[in-house]
Amino acid sequence: MLYIIEDMINGVLMGSIYGLTAMGLTIIFGVLKVINFAHGSLLMVGMYATYWAITLTGVHPYLALAMVIPAMFIFGYYLQAIVIKPIFIAEKNVREPITVIIVTTGIWYILDNLALLVFGPQYRSLADNPLKGKMLEVGGMFVSQPKLFGFITAIITASTIHWFLQKTVMGRAIRATSMDREAASLMGINQYRIYNVAFGIGAATTGIAAVTLLPFYNVFPTVGVLFDIKCFIIVVLGGLGSISGALLGGIIIGLIESVGPQFMTATWTEAIVYGLFLLVLFVKPSGLFGQKHDW
Amino acid sequence: MSLLEIHKIDAFYGDVQVIYEMSLRVDKGEVVSIIGGNGAGKSTLLRVISGLMQASAGRITFQGTDIHTEPPENIVTHGIVHVPEGRRLFPLMSVKDNLLVGAYNKRARPDVEKTLQEVYQLLPRLAERESQLAMTLSGGEQQMVAIGRGLMSKPHLLMLDEPSLGLAPILIKDIFETVRKIADLGTTVLMVEQDVRHSLSLSDRGYVLEHGRVVMEGKASDLIDDPHIRTAYLGM
Repeated sequence: MLYIIEDMINGVLMGSIYGLTAMGLTIIFGVLKVINFAHGSLLMVGMYATYWAITLTGVHPYLALAMVIPAMFIFGYYLQAIVIKPIFIAEKNVREPITVIIVTTGIWYILDNLALLVFGPQYRSLADNPLKGKMLEVGGMFVSQPKLFGFITAIITASTIHWFLQKTVMGRAIRATSMDREAASLMGINQYRIYNVAFGIGAATTGIAAVTLLPFYNVFPTVGVLFDIKCFIIVVLGGLGSISGALLGGIIIGLIESVGPQFMTATWTEAIVYGLFLLVLFVKPSGLFGQKHDW
Repeated sequence: MSLLEIHKIDAFYGDVQVIYEMSLRVDKGEVVSIIGGNGAGKSTLLRVISGLMQASAGRITFQGTDIHTEPPENIVTHGIVHVPEGRRLFPLMSVKDNLLVGAYNKRARPDVEKTLQEVYQLLPRLAERESQLAMTLSGGEQQMVAIGRGLMSKPHLLMLDEPSLGLAPILIKDIFETVRKIADLGTTVLMVEQDVRHSLSLSDRGYVLEHGRVVMEGKASDLIDDPHIRTAYLGM
């Protein structure tokens, strides 16, 4: 019994980190209405940024946030402004600009291969890692300390983004654009600037996820691919565009992955995740927290 | 010089021309109605003025400045706001947030609290409903929010596209009374309407559009007595 509780706790912790990883994807989709296939690559870039920030300065892994968040925001902002925006403008009269998806796929390949070229294929992990393998003992149960930090970070990040979207002028402009970009432009909102900011926030959030992952994860050029599919599932499960949905979707998957192996072969848990994913698609296609607002 | 001057504009949807060499003007303090049947180009005209569409020829000046090449977000800053057909509220935002978004442009932003109180005074229903999601409001209330959101941008010229569309007659009366009040408070209004009788009766001047051309213009009181208007638009 204790094992199961321990697994559940670790599942929730890991799941919240999955959710954090997917949060950037859901933010970018929510505003741009485009699935960002380069999402895993953003995570990879964030992880390399974290890796080098920590390795070169020797700070505590979590202090890297102070460098990674602004760096990733700027990276995302200009990636959208320079590479993606021209496609949006060219496709201005198309309701669902599919070509943008293809562009993000191109960005994925370019970033992954650039990383391979620059950093080589080897797996890297933090050499001097104060969080490595640290466990907390709570009533006979062991809880991974870096995952606990990740969980706390995920909750703080989700609440901060929620607050930002609800209570600030820029946040309201982002929400307005996500609901009706033409009406938003009639209110004086430059939709492309909002896209830049949303992409920046999405990338920065992904950078935060990278910081939480690195203390117990290796970084290599294709690390993003491992998270890509998971992120897509989480985001669809929780509801495209919903921040809390991403967190919850992540936790559900984390729970299945950690508790499942107690009862069956670990590979079966994958099948359960996909089964649940299909079930949600059949029953509530907008996702658990998704809202339909076409009226 | 008029507040808004439109000089011989053409506008197309793809290859289809919907506006032909259209010229009109709106003077400061006026209420001007644009009437015409479906497909006459009324909404397109407003979309061209607000920058959602570009005119392929001609020019538009507002307070003496050319605006026809500017994107919609800049045109709001100049002081023209377009309340679009079908209201186009932000459905999952509260009434108050919808209004606050209206004051996004940099000219209106510093005074947002003051403008909000003015809008609440003009449309007291919105104050009661401020925390309700826009999608849960009735059609009449939604139209009030749309107008209020437009006023939040501190416009010199308020453009309304079919404010009475889909509303019950009693609500239509409310909306038109509100429009009259807004005009009396000093905002110039350019209004597109299907409800010809109501809109002309509160307007100073009117333009009649047919097939993308201005076919008649004049004082609203003259238009309402015109035999062509009476048969074609008032059914008399």
